[in-house]
Amino acid sequence: MSTNLRKHDFNTFLTALVASLLGNPAQAAWEVNMPVGVTDASAKIFDLHMLIFWVCVVIAVIVFSAMIYCLVAFRKSKGAVPATFSHSTTAEIVWTVIPVLILVAMAVPAAQTLVEIDDTRDTEMTIKITGYQWKWQYEYVGEDVSFYSNLAASSNETRQLRSGIDPFQEDNYLLDVDRPLVVPADTKIRYLITSNDVIHAWWVPDFAVKKDAIPGFINEGWFRVNEPGVYRGQCAELCGKDHGFMPVVVEVLPREEFTAWLAGQQGGAAVASAATAR
Amino acid sequence: MAHAQDKYYIPHGTKWPILMSLGLFTLFLGVSVWLNGGNATPAIIVGLAIVITMMFFWFGEVIGESEAGTFNDQVDTSFRIGMMWFIFSEVMFFAVFFGALFYARQLALPWLGGEGSNFFTNLLLWEGFESSWPSNGPADVGGEFEPMGAWGIPALNTAILLTSGVTITVAHHALKEGNRRVLGLFLALTFLLGFIFMGFQAYEYIHAYQELNLTMNSGIYGSTFFMLTGFHGMHVTIGAIMLVVIWLRCLRGHFTAKHHFAFEAVAWYWHFVDVVWLGLFIFVYWL
Amino acid sequence: MSATTTHDEHHDDHGPAKGIMRWITTTNHKDIGTLYLVFALAMLFVGGAMSLVIRAELFQPGLQFVNPDFFNQMTTMHALIMVFGMIMPAFVGFANWMVPMMIGAPDMALPRLNNWSFWILPFAGTLLLSTLFMDGGGPASGWTLYPPLVLQTGNALPFAIFSVHLLGVSSIMGSINIIVTIMNMRAPGMTLLKMPLFVWTWLITAYLLIAVMPVLAGGVTMLLTDGFFGTSFFQAAGGGDPVLFQHIFWFFGHPEVYIIILPAFGIISQVIPTFSRKPLFGHDSMVYATASIAFLSFIVWAHHMFTVGMPLAGQLFFMLSTMLIAIPTGVKVFNWTATMWRGSLSFETPMLFALAFLFLFTIGGFSGLMVAIAPADFQYHDSYFVVAHFHYVLVPGALFGAIAGAYYWLPKWTGHMYNETLGKVHFWLSAIFVNLTFFPQHFVGLAGMPRRIPDYATQFADFNAISSVGAFGFGFSQLLLVYVVIQCVRGGEKASAQVWDGAEGLEWTVPSPAPYHTFEEPPLVR
Ligand code: HEA
Ligand code: HEA
Ligand code: CUA
Ligand SMILES: [Cu+2]
Repeated sequence: MSTNLRKHDFNTFLTALVASLLGNPAQAAWEVNMPVGVTDASAKIFDLHMLIFWVCVVIAVIVFSAMIYCLVAFRKSKGAVPATFSHSTTAEIVWTVIPVLILVAMAVPAAQTLVEIDDTRDTEMTIKITGYQWKWQYEYVGEDVSFYSNLAASSNETRQLRSGIDPFQEDNYLLDVDRPLVVPADTKIRYLITSNDVIHAWWVPDFAVKKDAIPGFINEGWFRVNEPGVYRGQCAELCGKDHGFMPVVVEVLPREEFTAWLAGQQGGAAVASAATAR
Repeated sequence: MAHAQDKYYIPHGTKWPILMSLGLFTLFLGVSVWLNGGNATPAIIVGLAIVITMMFFWFGEVIGESEAGTFNDQVDTSFRIGMMWFIFSEVMFFAVFFGALFYARQLALPWLGGEGSNFFTNLLLWEGFESSWPSNGPADVGGEFEPMGAWGIPALNTAILLTSGVTITVAHHALKEGNRRVLGLFLALTFLLGFIFMGFQAYEYIHAYQELNLTMNSGIYGSTFFMLTGFHGMHVTIGAIMLVVIWLRCLRGHFTAKHHFAFEAVAWYWHFVDVVWLGLFIFVYWL
Repeated sequence: MSATTTHDEHHDDHGPAKGIMRWITTTNHKDIGTLYLVFALAMLFVGGAMSLVIRAELFQPGLQFVNPDFFNQMTTMHALIMVFGMIMPAFVGFANWMVPMMIGAPDMALPRLNNWSFWILPFAGTLLLSTLFMDGGGPASGWTLYPPLVLQTGNALPFAIFSVHLLGVSSIMGSINIIVTIMNMRAPGMTLLKMPLFVWTWLITAYLLIAVMPVLAGGVTMLLTDGFFGTSFFQAAGGGDPVLFQHIFWFFGHPEVYIIILPAFGIISQVIPTFSRKPLFGHDSMVYATASIAFLSFIVWAHHMFTVGMPLAGQLFFMLSTMLIAIPTGVKVFNWTATMWRGSLSFETPMLFALAFLFLFTIGGFSGLMVAIAPADFQYHDSYFVVAHFHYVLVPGALFGAIAGAYYWLPKWTGHMYNETLGKVHFWLSAIFVNLTFFPQHFVGLAGMPRRIPDYATQFADFNAISSVGAFGFGFSQLLLVYVVIQCVRGGEKASAQVWDGAEGLEWTVPSPAPYHTFEEPPLVR
């Protein structure tokens, strides 16, 4: 059996709490908020998220203050005598209209963002993603490159029931694959997504992309990654027993490097390794 | 019993409901085992027997109370409101299947044919498929089939059901006027029409399976066709049996011109089955 | 409306039957209410025990206790049991006990049907729970039962589906009974707008139930025929669409969540005025708000499906319609606050739970609003943020509402006061642990932890550990509730008819415990 809640947990907790209160997520040992991400869309969605969040916080502060004031000021034990009023049309109109205005103010940017994300025109390359129980298949449409992406072997070993291996010793426990999807940076990439068996969903938080893979239908979406790097996500629709074990890893290369990489893959060499499905 | 009419009737304890549940439990247990490939005929038979027996006793008791004059007007109103909302729940049940039909015709099939943002669905998964109705889907599930035409038996069945709607209304008026002979005659006509309808429906199913290769397997057309007509047929059967029951009751001299909730409940139910059929005729057979 | 009095031929002098037969054959609304409540309490522990399996496995990364498939069965069964076996029966139990008493009726309108509505439940529950002991175990597709995954269920599939059918029949019959009772059994003078809010919320809930339970029944029937009879409703190859099931499920499922919360709103609307010693603020607008919520609940369902690839117009429509629900719900929250405003507040246990409801449900409502924003939902969807959202509205929302109601009416039911000190201890433990359990789930969700997974990446470890500790704390605190209830049933300080000095309504005009038959002669309503 693996040990351990690590000893420094509590310290981590405090540091992170303080850090997050000071509004500096960089210092936090773990995240408490949505990632800003590395695409324009993810940044927009992050802003939207923070906007709604703060709106809710402000409303919460006002509403909760009123409630708390009641709890403090109108206590029977302090001799409060109940008033007898039971309605006020003015008040009720006010607290119907104000929320309407707030909601309209929220709906506008939300709708705008939605429309922008939906626009799949002018994409520069297309990748077809197919979900399987329990792995992903990536096909570079028109390039004759295609391969499967499985949970990395070491994670797979560790995640067995009572494996006795400590997950903390792994670098990217459950978030690593044998072959990542490789894409170029600064490129508007269209992805076509479907499934071969049950519904899956392809989710990379840093891209703010989540789309269901529906068997028999193809959904499409797009992303454009601004910064090269390795980004991780997971299947986000319950797809059976190993739903928790089909991560998504995307390696974003600068454009030239990507072109070189793609050239190296062509000719079916890649397809062969696909057979090593679990 | 003298003062019964001005009190709300609260029945004493009853053991039918729990036995009824036990029956349903046994029945469903049996059917589940059967669906899983096991042998559960005894459970199914026992379950069904319990359910039917319980209905017999339960309704029998209520009928007895009714004839004894236990129910005042307020109780009668309770029954009426209850029946109305029960029928409403049945309407919603059929609405799902109609919804599925519309969804398939208006959305799913066109999408499979490449409409909307589904260009690639069609190109990469179902190349060459063109959306149309009737359809057994892009994979031609169940093989070539012929759809059911509207103007043969179905049109006849429409006429039959509409007529039965008239006959039951005639029976109702007869009941209100105290004309027992007409009442019995037209009630009998009504359920006979119901059974004729069912006969045609059965014939149509055999025809579909044996000659048209139209089965539950025939893609979305077969699915919606048999689901809608099947559940409707089941309701016609239940309705016809209920008609037989109230007919027998009429023969025994039950119901008065003023007091005949059960009759009206069955009549409402019959009209409901009728209206659903019109929907079926238009959307399943015709359009 | 004619006179409303009881007529009970066989035992005009009213003792109930003796022993177990009393409970099996009863047609008395109070007995049946009690049956529902006891059943619900038992199911809280069954469903809760399953959630504790979930939380134990999620205490730290790696798989320690159960294999992934069993984990999924636990998630599925936990939700089905909690929703259909615990919270809905609990509120039906309240309706049975209180609706006739609140409107001055002698009993429910259709007492035999009432007995049946209850006695379906144990059989349906057995059918469902029995699947856990079958080859291949119980359903493991999540409570949402999405195809095609659900069709991979082993032998459990038909059992689960028939169980849903039975539960549906029970709910529909129960709802018909409630509607008929409210429409036809009110004491003279009890006009619709004079009805207490709990009665109103249940009336509207009953309409919702009758409208959507058949829809679920139809949906799972299609699953059954797809699974066993070769139909193609949810298969693209035959011209169907797996997403169609999602539309059907959520057309039921979204109203369902309001079915769960509206009766809780009703209870809160009784409790807060009592302990503020001031009439409910804006009674009529509360009624209209409830009706608006119910209406809107029919046109927002696809907000659970923003990621399925709906056309843009659909996404926009469902986002905007969903946001609208914040308005009537806001009216409710503000009216409750206004009820307390310039009142004279005291803090007995029911009030404490109602206050916790007020704060924590609102938090759950805010996160609901956040997930309603379609583009942002691309990030939240199927993450623990959603789990946090719905547990805030379900546990400190609906469940706390039920608990508040239980403390509020226990003295009326049993004739004894419960132990106030223990009640308060129960409250504080529950309130603290529930936040410990579910608040951290917001964080892991935002940071990217998907829901319905038995094991997770190490960066989520700390918050999950906290959440698990909270869950066990919360779970075991509920044993205290059981203790308090049993103690109160067995004895304790005698309760007066009025019980709470600020309480108003017909139920407080009859002695505590309420006599076996109330209002044989209709009360006078002013
Ligand atoms: C009791 C149950 C309950 C209740 C009451 C609610 C209430 C709400 N829910 Fe929730 N929800 C669930 C139970 C519930 N939900 C469940 C079980 C799921 C998940 C199911 C599953 O997938 O398994 C879910 C999932 C869910 C989703 C899907 C998320 C996803 O899967 O991606 C969405 C999206 O829109 C949503 C939205 C809302 C909204 C907008 C409300 C609103 O009704 C909330 C309104 C309340 C307020 C907003 C607070 C009070 C208002 C004010 C103080 C006024 C001023 C406020 C403003 C102007 C902002 N819910
Ligand atoms: C009313 C509904 C309701 C209620 C009350 C709860 C209550 C709780 N829920 Fe539940 N939950 C749902 C409805 C509900 N939930 C739904 C709809 C889902 C979605 C399912 C899906 O994804 O399909 C879900 C999913 C869900 C998950 C996500 C699982 C996953 O995604 O894999 C988790 C994880 O923490 C969780 C935890 C809890 C906990 C800790 C409680 C606690 O509040 C429970 C309190 C515990 C107790 C009351 C137990 C007491 C037991 C003992 C003390 C042990 C002794 C035992 C005996 C004496 C028998 N729930
Ligand atoms: Cu694939 Cu979940
Ligand atoms: Cu919803």
